[in-house]
Amino acid sequence: MNVIACAKLVPTGTPTLGPDHLVVRSGVDGALDPGDEYGLELALQLTEQHGGDVTVVSMGPDEAGQALQRALAMGASRGALVSDPSLRGADALVTARVLAAAIKRYPFDLVVAGVESTDGYTGTVPVTVAEILGVASVTAVRRLEPSDAGARIERMTERGYDVYECPLPAVVTVTAGAVEPRYPSLKGIMQAKQKPIDRPSLQDLGLSDTKATQTVTAVKDAPTKAGGEIVQGDEAVVRIADLLAEAKVI
Amino acid sequence: MSDLKPSDLLDLDALLSDEERQIRDLAREWVHDRILPEVEDWYERGEFPARELAKELGELGFFGMQLEGIGDLGAVAYGLVELELEAGDSGLRSFVSVQSALAMYAIHAFGSDEQKAHWLPRMASGDAIGCFGLSEPDSGSDPSSMRTTARRDRADWIVNGTKMWITNGGVSDVAVVWANTDDGIRGFLVPCDLPGFSAPDIHKKMSLRASVTSELVMDDVRLPADAVLPGVEGLRGPLSCLNEARYGIVWGVMGAARTCFETALTYSKERMQFDKPIASFQLTQKKLADMAIELTKGTLLAYHLGRMKEDGRLQAEQVSIGKLNNTREAIAIARTSRGILGANGITLEYPIMRHMTNLESVLTYEGTEEVHTLVIGQVLTGIRAFT
Repeated sequence: MNVIACAKLVPTGTPTLGPDHLVVRSGVDGALDPGDEYGLELALQLTEQHGGDVTVVSMGPDEAGQALQRALAMGASRGALVSDPSLRGADALVTARVLAAAIKRYPFDLVVAGVESTDGYTGTVPVTVAEILGVASVTAVRRLEPSDAGARIERMTERGYDVYECPLPAVVTVTAGAVEPRYPSLKGIMQAKQKPIDRPSLQDLGLSDTKATQTVTAVKDAPTKAGGEIVQGDEAVVRIADLLAEAKVI
Repeated sequence: MSDLKPSDLLDLDALLSDEERQIRDLAREWVHDRILPEVEDWYERGEFPARELAKELGELGFFGMQLEGIGDLGAVAYGLVELELEAGDSGLRSFVSVQSALAMYAIHAFGSDEQKAHWLPRMASGDAIGCFGLSEPDSGSDPSSMRTTARRDRADWIVNGTKMWITNGGVSDVAVVWANTDDGIRGFLVPCDLPGFSAPDIHKKMSLRASVTSELVMDDVRLPADAVLPGVEGLRGPLSCLNEARYGIVWGVMGAARTCFETALTYSKERMQFDKPIASFQLTQKKLADMAIELTKGTLLAYHLGRMKEDGRLQAEQVSIGKLNNTREAIAIARTSRGILGANGITLEYPIMRHMTNLESVLTYEGTEEVHTLVIGQVLTGIRAFT
């Protein structure tokens, strides 16, 4: 089973917005998105149990190579990084188009990703990639095993989980806690530098128009919540009961 | 405002390769995730989950990381890992040092092919734990006075004696034991489940509480002929192992110092007295500046020794300079940091007192402050002053 794992470099601290309303990425410490590590770990476990390779694909500035290095040190076989200045400010649709074009360059049975990135939080890129690739997608996966139909997948729901039989290839997003991401080992770090990282250009991917379909034109702070009421003294119990009744809690 | 990093004022980070940084970051991340949430409780209870951690450390590749054919790390990368481990706790670094630089190193350097094949893979994976028995109740800085003996009984060896202050002793599968024989001091690989061998733990410690420290008691322990390490005779054997281990200390203690300094720096900016942070006071700033300077100097010294080691030109006396300076400065930084935290500094809520008391042991083991001073004195004068 050949698996493509999507990887994103995200700021390690709280993301900040620049004057262009985009997340500041240059000069900021970054790391492989912790959400992506769940997808990557599932991919590594599947290939260890059933054979095949993991290819890790990323779009981002040159620094995104760090995220790929981490994935390679954890055990992925090769990486692909699409990096182009015109992609700065790419929205979810453009990102999905780029990733789908990069993924198509490799044979795959499965594409895995985190449920959402920990800087953008749209959660829309993986399913858009599936749509562009014309394959099935299942989100919030907690377990996946190969089956006669393709894959038996458990998908988290509010009440428990649903079980799907899903044809392959497919795109899945993996929930936090589904697997325990491994640490890279020292050997893994040293072997990672020998592993290939492809750097296809937008031209290689056959993409000419990568202009964002959506741009952020203004950012306004959310209104500050007014301070609460401090209840004290002999009347406190009655006042609290009234407040809870007002809030329809009791 | 300056963009210099307080714990790396000289930007030593820029001297490292990408791979060295990744290795350093891995060790830091693991210590952050796995050790820091629990070490205060281990310390208070006087416990160390050696078996559990050994498996994890083995999977990470930290055991024998510096040995050729096992981890193959360069000396600087190895040192960076030691630094990050000791930024967590000196007991953790000691655990890895004893396994890697004393027990595995002795087998790797002086063992037979059979001994290497039997022990090194399982020690690298963390399935087997090793310790190193040199010090005795009455034999510390003067190891040649050791009383442990190994005598021939036809093809076998019979070992008698007591070793003291043995890190990992009570949790070990194999002890590298140095003993007097008719042919001088020899090293032996002693499986810890043999009749006559026991390793009672030493309790009531006020230092390295999150670490297993034991006696090794050997009462007519019978070993086969091939238990002896064939590759070395005399004190050169244990002393070369100690030199390997104290190189790790040169780095490690800077980790303990960094944790203390960073804790004190953060605290000084938050602790309000006389309506302003105590970092506003000139006396506090002097303390912080002195600590930051010694921290970066000590780390630079470790880095320099590391590159010399990688070039194959590091001498034992130069390691003594590093061990003496960095341990002395680390404990000074810990004590100064404790002062900045005032009463809060004495609790286990903050890491400083734990590091400070740990460093009292590190100042003594693997060559005391006094012996390393006299080693340097001998280099300068040609006169040996410690015998």
